[in-house]
Amino acid sequence: MATTTTRGPARPAPQAAHTSRRRSLGTRNALNFWLFTGPFLIGLIVFVFVPIGWSVWLSFFDARFTVTPSTFIGLDNYRTVLENPNFTDSLVTFTVFAAFIVPITWGLSLGLALMVHRLRFLRAFFRSVFFLPTACSYVAASLIWKMSIFNGVRFGLANTVIGWFGFDNVAWLADPDPPWYWLVLVTLRLWLQAGFYMILFLAALQNIPAELYEAAAIDGARPGFQTFRYITLPQLRATSTAVILLLLIAAYQAFDEFYNLMGKATWGQPPLVELYKVALGESQDYGQGSAGAVILTLLICVVTLFQGRILGFGRAEEAR
Amino acid sequence: MTATTPSSDRSRRVRHGGPLGGAGLYLAVAVAALLFLLPFYLIVRNALMQDQEITGEDWKWWPSHIRLSNVTEPFHDLTVDFGRSLVNSAIVAVLSTVGTLLVCSLAGYGLARIPYRHANKVFYAVLVTLMVPTAVTFVPGFVLVSSLGWVDTYRGLIVPGLFSGFTCFLFRQYFLGFPKELEEAARVDGLTYWSAYWRVVVPNSLNFFAAMATITFISGWNAFLWPLVIGQDPSAWTVQVALSSYLTNQTVNYHLIFMATALSILPLVLVFLFLQRWLVQGVAQTGIKG
Repeated sequence: MATTTTRGPARPAPQAAHTSRRRSLGTRNALNFWLFTGPFLIGLIVFVFVPIGWSVWLSFFDARFTVTPSTFIGLDNYRTVLENPNFTDSLVTFTVFAAFIVPITWGLSLGLALMVHRLRFLRAFFRSVFFLPTACSYVAASLIWKMSIFNGVRFGLANTVIGWFGFDNVAWLADPDPPWYWLVLVTLRLWLQAGFYMILFLAALQNIPAELYEAAAIDGARPGFQTFRYITLPQLRATSTAVILLLLIAAYQAFDEFYNLMGKATWGQPPLVELYKVALGESQDYGQGSAGAVILTLLICVVTLFQGRILGFGRAEEAR
Repeated sequence: MTATTPSSDRSRRVRHGGPLGGAGLYLAVAVAALLFLLPFYLIVRNALMQDQEITGEDWKWWPSHIRLSNVTEPFHDLTVDFGRSLVNSAIVAVLSTVGTLLVCSLAGYGLARIPYRHANKVFYAVLVTLMVPTAVTFVPGFVLVSSLGWVDTYRGLIVPGLFSGFTCFLFRQYFLGFPKELEEAARVDGLTYWSAYWRVVVPNSLNFFAAMATITFISGWNAFLWPLVIGQDPSAWTVQVALSSYLTNQTVNYHLIFMATALSILPLVLVFLFLQRWLVQGVAQTGIKG
């Protein structure tokens, strides 16, 4: 402050020059910013924000066979969707599916990672083998599962194998009772996903400092379960949380294998398949489809935030 | 030094000992590996067999007579234009990868490096989209694409998927960690942001670009829901939609279906074998941050 007052009259000129230079730099940065970010942002608005807004708008209209409806019907679409037993059943289907697939995939991918991590020879080979299903699509896997493994007839692999032990053929997918179709759905997704999450766990395992195990050994911890329980598992907490969240979100969006395996079945339909039927099936009801999409979006936001709270996702982020 | 040698010895024992000793560990891994390879084996077995053998009384582990001529059969099938669907998938997957990387990397760099008053607001707009999974928004997406008249077009299949908030976010995180000194040296030499980006930043980030490209290509090739919604006419089907149509066909031609499956997986198995390094890196990066 003191120096500026003593300078007196000389002060205004350099300040003006300074601000004008800063403004021109600011303008230049703004231009550069939009040069880099503009195309993406325009696309994001046109292909993400506009459709979502349009969809929310459609959900309040009677929009059968049209995307420019004129009959405002308030919350009727939401009421119809929520009262539709197919929709509520689909949420039950998702819950059952997630209850199986999330813990099983978590356990298997962690198990594979622990095993591969300890290999001294052929480590890269086995890692590749477990990771290879990532290259396969859900549609291709559905074809293998439905036509060759669980096809319900004598020459399917599953029925051949249980036949060796004297069991009768099982109609894996065609019969909801007993619900063998869960075995088909869960094994398919498990095969496709386990290697992917194994890679995440392997990366995390490599980051655990060896000193922790050395210290534990000095303190007399027995190798094996004790070090796993008190060192490995706590050190993998952030990755475990992320994996569980990713598995849950992926299960929520399950579509491909259900659509291809369950086909025309009336049972075991997850939310996205229901939504597909309502919006793009015979009824082409974009109003109800949009209302369903809004409800599912809100649900997933709630689940994400809630789960993040419970499992300390935020904390894991801060720690990083 | 004398103190660390025994303790590191012990740590090695801790790492590699445990309930499963060497042989047991390898046995367990080998059994798991066989189970993981089983579906691939089934594809090859069925693709090279004759239908009578596939549906025969006894299970055959290997075709008594390998029929390599099965390879061309999907291309002569009258019900599904399989060759066309392969071409469609190749075009869609390649253009999606190039487009996504271009648009999202530029945006990620802008958000990470260029000082601008409203940059934070733009970044929040990107973050909001991460909360909404794209699969759930296929109904609104279809509404927009159909009113643009883009149903059954490459544009409709490719363009809406280019603006991935997640990919942009990953690029931003990556560029935040990019050594600033390299760019500053270029900027002192009088390069603009634009030329510094193309001449210094991109050439020094090829590993990350390769990782992102591999992931984007695989998900583009394997995508099903969006191509199913947009490809209403068989001429616009991608290979996944074509495969799916075999499941609802009246006639079931086992060896043809499995040969088609094999051909649809082949490009990705090649990508996998040659680009696995980047794929692993990409998965580790995208997965953890997700």
